[in-house]
Amino acid sequence: MSASAIAFSPRRVSAMILRHWYLLRSSWPRLFELVYWPAVQMFMWGFLQVGIAKYPGAIAGTASTFLAAFLLWDILFRGQIGYSMSFLEEMWSRNMPNLMISPLRAGEFVLALIIMSVVRLSIGLVPVTILAVIFFGFNLWALGFALAAFFANLLFTSWAVGMFCSGLVLRHGLGAESLAWSLMFFFLPLTCVYYPVSTLPEWLQPIAWALPPTAVFEGMRALVIDHVFRADLMLWALGLNLLWMTAGAVSFMLLLAAARRGGSLLQIGE
Amino acid sequence: MTLPAIKAIDLTKNYGESVAVAGVSFEIAPGSITGLLGGNGAGKTTTIGMIMSLVAPTSGRVLVFGADMAHERYRVLHRMNFESPYVDLPHRLTVRQNLTVFGMLYGIGRIGECIDLLARDLDLVEFIDRPAGKLSAGQKTRVALAKALINEPDVLVLDEPTASLDPDTADWIREHLEKYRTRKHATILLASHNMSEVERLCDRVLMMKRGHIVDDGSPKELLARYGRRNLEEVFLDIARDRREPMREAAS
Repeated sequence: MSASAIAFSPRRVSAMILRHWYLLRSSWPRLFELVYWPAVQMFMWGFLQVGIAKYPGAIAGTASTFLAAFLLWDILFRGQIGYSMSFLEEMWSRNMPNLMISPLRAGEFVLALIIMSVVRLSIGLVPVTILAVIFFGFNLWALGFALAAFFANLLFTSWAVGMFCSGLVLRHGLGAESLAWSLMFFFLPLTCVYYPVSTLPEWLQPIAWALPPTAVFEGMRALVIDHVFRADLMLWALGLNLLWMTAGAVSFMLLLAAARRGGSLLQIGE
Repeated sequence: MTLPAIKAIDLTKNYGESVAVAGVSFEIAPGSITGLLGGNGAGKTTTIGMIMSLVAPTSGRVLVFGADMAHERYRVLHRMNFESPYVDLPHRLTVRQNLTVFGMLYGIGRIGECIDLLARDLDLVEFIDRPAGKLSAGQKTRVALAKALINEPDVLVLDEPTASLDPDTADWIREHLEKYRTRKHATILLASHNMSEVERLCDRVLMMKRGHIVDDGSPKELLARYGRRNLEEVFLDIARDRREPMREAAS
């Protein structure tokens, strides 16, 4: 690969961010959708937590983590959806060939999608975390440094999955779009969002620990229930995320190359 | 010696068992307008896709100003652009917003002035702040052309630029392309099914059929070679495999 092929331009990244900002700004349903689902889910889990907390015993202790678990799961899910949605907008508008014949590098495109996922996530999640304080007295922001560690690790995983899904859509067309919406749910039972890893059968536990979010959710429970910040879990998640991000980037590049070989960049559609 | 603007060397594209382009080779001189003609499935769009690096050749190479499009495309992509009725611009963005984004992608300085100039040249002023998705077919084509000209490309590749346009708008687009070529000494490669358009615009025509280039020459040369009055008749001779008898009769 020549030096010019890997030259990085902040201006091109800005161009892509501006393109998606224009889009968000022009469409109130898109903005509303960013807040709607997280808000509905937060209320559901919040009321469940309040209801279960009325019963004495261990279950009430576990239930105290529901809201935190939901909000962290939503960071993971919305991070990936934020990435994939910005990507899918290019497919839906049949703009992808215009981008692929422009000087925009794959790395710049990916970085712009990553930044847009943070923008979309912030638009959706910040109001919801404020509603959680108002209605349930749960302040996610009070987790402080731990929240930053949880947030970063979950976003890294979401981008890795987002890169893989967008590669699949490039290669296989919009027929693979549903994977962008559903793939993350495959991880929902395995990452032990609402229960400890020890709940899983023993043979499944090593698989769960190979998923970076598992360490984050275990870390969250240690913090909320035992008031202990498990730095070891965060480092484990970070190490895994380095592998996942690398795998996500490599799979995106391989699937992009396969899309060029298969001619699917010219035939954007199902 | 002048470097060809585009050089295809034994370019082949197979999709499984199906051969879309079968070892075509050609050179396109800088400053020329070349037409790529052929029926549906002749391999025109795949050839264009390979030139623009949207499609990877199964074998063979495409060089644009000497840069191999498989490995060195970023050396020349800023000097190229492309327009096709099968590719859209984001519908919800206004024309100005779309052109701003592409101006930034192509590293254009003073984008505002550049857009104003294009808007005057291509008659976009009236709808420059309207969403691209709400324009008529003719307006959309002019906007797509503005996007294709935003970087003043040295190589402009057009896939059926006047498809589905009324004769007035189509004529207007052709006139603009001729002016652009003259002003910029740009190389234009044009795939079209409109024979009169090709006859009017092109210095040279590559005739494709089933993935092969089956004839190559200026419109005048082709008419003389086949003994026909217009390119449409030449096209039909080739499409219906009447080319050898017609060529013999003409000679």
